[in-house]
Amino acid sequence: MTTSRQTDVVARFSRRHRLHPLEALPWLLIVVSFFLFPDYLALGAQILATTLFGLSVDLVLGYAGIVTLGHAAFFGMGAYTAGYLAAHGVGAPVVGMIAAMAMAGAVGFLSGLIILRAQGLSILMLTLVVCVMLQEAANKATSITGGADGLQGMEVAPVLDLFRFDLYGKTAYWYAAIVLFLGWLVARTLVHSPFGRSLTGIRENVARMRAIGTPVFGRLLTIYTISAAMAGAAGALIAETTQLVALNAISVDLSGVILVMVIFGGVGRLYGAFVGVPLYMIAQDRFSEIDPTYWYFWIGLLLVIVVMFARGGVLGLMELLWQRLPRRRDR
Amino acid sequence: MDSALSAAISIAFHGTAFAMVLYLVSVGLSVTMGLMGFVNLAHGVFAVAGGYFMTTLIFGLGIPFYLAVPLAVLAVALLSVPLERFLYRPLYGASDLDQVLMTMGLVFMSVAVGKYFWGPTAQPFYPPTALSGQLEFGLRSFPAYRSFLIGSGAVLVTLLWLGLDRTRFGAQIRAAVDNRRMAQSVGINTSRLFTLAFALGSALAALGGSLGAEIMAISPSYALDHLVYFLIVVAVGGLGTIRGPFVAALLLGVSDTAFKYLLPEFGAFFIYALTMAVLLWRPRGLFGQA
Amino acid sequence: MHMTSRFILALLSASLAGIGVAAAQTEIKVGVISTMSGPDAQPGDQMNKGIDLYVKTHAKDLPPGVKVTLIYRDDTGANPDIAKRLATELVTREHVNFIAGVVWSPNASAIAPVATEAKVPFIDMNAAAAPIPRLSPYIIRDSFTLWQVAGPIGEWAAKQGWKKGYTAVTDYPPGYDAEGGFTQSFEKGGGKVIDKVRMAFPTEDFSPFIQRIKDSKPDVTFIFVPAGKKATAVMKAWNDLGLKHAGITQVTTQDVMLDEELPNMTAVGNGIVSSGTYSAAATRPANQVFLNAWNAAYGDKAIPDFLSVQGWDGMDAIYTVIKQTGGKFDGDQAMKILTNWKTDASPRGPISINPATRDIIENVYIRRGEMVNGKLQNVEFDTIPNVKDPWKEANPPK
Repeated sequence: MTTSRQTDVVARFSRRHRLHPLEALPWLLIVVSFFLFPDYLALGAQILATTLFGLSVDLVLGYAGIVTLGHAAFFGMGAYTAGYLAAHGVGAPVVGMIAAMAMAGAVGFLSGLIILRAQGLSILMLTLVVCVMLQEAANKATSITGGADGLQGMEVAPVLDLFRFDLYGKTAYWYAAIVLFLGWLVARTLVHSPFGRSLTGIRENVARMRAIGTPVFGRLLTIYTISAAMAGAAGALIAETTQLVALNAISVDLSGVILVMVIFGGVGRLYGAFVGVPLYMIAQDRFSEIDPTYWYFWIGLLLVIVVMFARGGVLGLMELLWQRLPRRRDR
Repeated sequence: MDSALSAAISIAFHGTAFAMVLYLVSVGLSVTMGLMGFVNLAHGVFAVAGGYFMTTLIFGLGIPFYLAVPLAVLAVALLSVPLERFLYRPLYGASDLDQVLMTMGLVFMSVAVGKYFWGPTAQPFYPPTALSGQLEFGLRSFPAYRSFLIGSGAVLVTLLWLGLDRTRFGAQIRAAVDNRRMAQSVGINTSRLFTLAFALGSALAALGGSLGAEIMAISPSYALDHLVYFLIVVAVGGLGTIRGPFVAALLLGVSDTAFKYLLPEFGAFFIYALTMAVLLWRPRGLFGQA
Repeated sequence: MHMTSRFILALLSASLAGIGVAAAQTEIKVGVISTMSGPDAQPGDQMNKGIDLYVKTHAKDLPPGVKVTLIYRDDTGANPDIAKRLATELVTREHVNFIAGVVWSPNASAIAPVATEAKVPFIDMNAAAAPIPRLSPYIIRDSFTLWQVAGPIGEWAAKQGWKKGYTAVTDYPPGYDAEGGFTQSFEKGGGKVIDKVRMAFPTEDFSPFIQRIKDSKPDVTFIFVPAGKKATAVMKAWNDLGLKHAGITQVTTQDVMLDEELPNMTAVGNGIVSSGTYSAAATRPANQVFLNAWNAAYGDKAIPDFLSVQGWDGMDAIYTVIKQTGGKFDGDQAMKILTNWKTDASPRGPISINPATRDIIENVYIRRGEMVNGKLQNVEFDTIPNVKDPWKEANPPK
């Protein structure tokens, strides 16, 4: 009798949080990759950090419906915060990460206050403009950011005083994986919560949500701030694992690329970033090794082909294929 | 005092020339985005294609400028038809994001194609002899080619305005922009209209790209380099209008030049601050329909 | 028993012979980190062409059994994180013997610690920030710093008797270096820089800045923008605003009077004096050899510039190491040779590495744009020999 009670509890927990066995797959892959690809850990760490960045973009893009061409503003703020601290004696990575999240979240909150009332093309342009202005500011504030040469003199301490960042990227890999896991937990909880549902409602039909009394602006501002903090964490990850911060971390280029990666993966499905970012980055890495001069072409072609075959990115494509499979259960 | 006035005239002049190039390229984007609701981030590709065809005709085949430009524009317009049919049309109903993905893919491909056929360096361009040098107006002189650009821009906006206000085609486009379903129900063949409008937008872009090669150099990364500026012009001007991008381009072109002159340390910054101010004040752009 | 031991002996000797054969074929890998995509692919392309050309034409110079493999990687622009990762991969995955190339200074700075940790020599072929060779004991640089090149033109300008100067540079670190280099020597020679302007990096239309210069009415203006299409744009703006007629002279560096862009400038560049380390029009025999090989490989429409020569010379340094060691060396041995490397056979003239700083010592030429056979060329008319990097002289390591 106790057994069935226990199964009951597990079943209810599972249903409420909808833990699907497939959701363990990314984490399995991450662990397995560590052992299968020991020469690629530096790239792996960068992919993991960028996935966290992509996840933050998906939160606002796929769930709140805010198309942003300026999310690197928060990523960059996080990176520069962590970098600045590391260059001025505060090298503990975890401290840097928390500071980065606070800073990026603050910037997200302030910019969200100003721009989130807009819609459509306007909001896209406003996010872009905020990013480009911060990029300019970073370029000018050479004494703080190092300007175009990048932040110099970063000395990142070992994680928790135990794990030094090595040349092969082992520490970087696990550090990034753990931070990504935490970020994923946060995102997942948010998305499956009533708050998350209301965001989807806002995305689909703002007027109706307003009619039922939802504080739309407040919700949007909240998710925007959380997303900014998450992006800041991703930026801190890159800064700490590479011990570098340069203007490309706060650039419109990066904002555009991360947007493309998330759309490529498939928005609004929580795992778009987990699919899109690694696929895109690995494709880019492979293409540029095979054809260093024209790899742009193959990446572009890949994007066009994916869209032509299915809407909703790679996940959309997978869904399409899944639906085409003969189903035994239907009988 | 006199030199301040002189500087002001120079700034206004050069800013306007730059604005005309921006306008020529961006007006097509305003039409396609406003008419078809299609987020075409690859618009710059048609502009640079016009530029590449023009310079190849001039320097590869020795064709004079006055003939090369219309030929280049025509070539791009023709090329846009199959592109619209096979790449754009299937995505008319798709989400904005899917459109972004497809058009960004096109942009990336165009960068590689440009580099492959024409190399990474910028294409040479010198205006024809009749349009180069300086125009003397008493005490002042103005660069002839930039004067030509300003003149062309003014002529074009007039033609477009008349074309869209006075002709049937223009009326149909306006109808379809306002309400596509109604337009269809009164018998307007919106598919064909879209193909024509797309071709027109691409042709305009090609015209802007080729005439503007003097100011905005023709290089493989053109479509990426200038994307932000084109988007700003269209957003600030308002989608689906002819006047909107014109005023926006003027505002941006002249302010950009003026700020760079007056406060070079912060030159680029002000344009973005200005864009932000306008968009917060008028979220649909200066002339956008509510 | 007896059979087994003989068998083992045979196996051992066979495998030793096999190793012997394998050892006879030594592969020297050079990892080239260049910029091959994005808006700034032009300099990378030039550098790559110079590197490829050298390897193609010097295969016979290699000791027997040694071959050189180039592994190209694209950093896609000023992306130090990507550059660092590429360098790490080249070292840990491909086991390169040398890292070479790098167009952008932030990228070179990011690569420095990788070179140190892996003890792999890094030949910087363009990144121009003055402190770069100090960032790692495994770096040599065969390209110039802006201090090296801007100083001489400032000195020349002062010697012409011009008193009022103006500097207009692009707003990024090489621009600041150029501004500093010119100002220092111009003012030391008796001139005074009355004003300066720093132009935003993405600028394509330079008219507002040129207008400012016109308003200030200096005698001479020093202009610096990154090598590439901006050079032509700035010349066009200079021409359009009629500054020559206003009696203002322009002086600049080889980045603006860029050999590759001269055909786009045509008459506009006529008479412009610049300082540079290499002109495609130089008449020295070593340049003729280089140009012949270049035209044979790339056609005569393609024009080399200082970037291609820096790529070429950097490979020459690597080949010197290979020839002197027979292809067997470690990082420290290579550095010993590289630090003392010199050659008279460079298309630029005599060059050498300064053992104290591991930076280059080379001639700086003053050239004038002249129409030769209907084509605009940089004609060298004055030489300042063996210029060391003044910034390092003025800022000794602490």
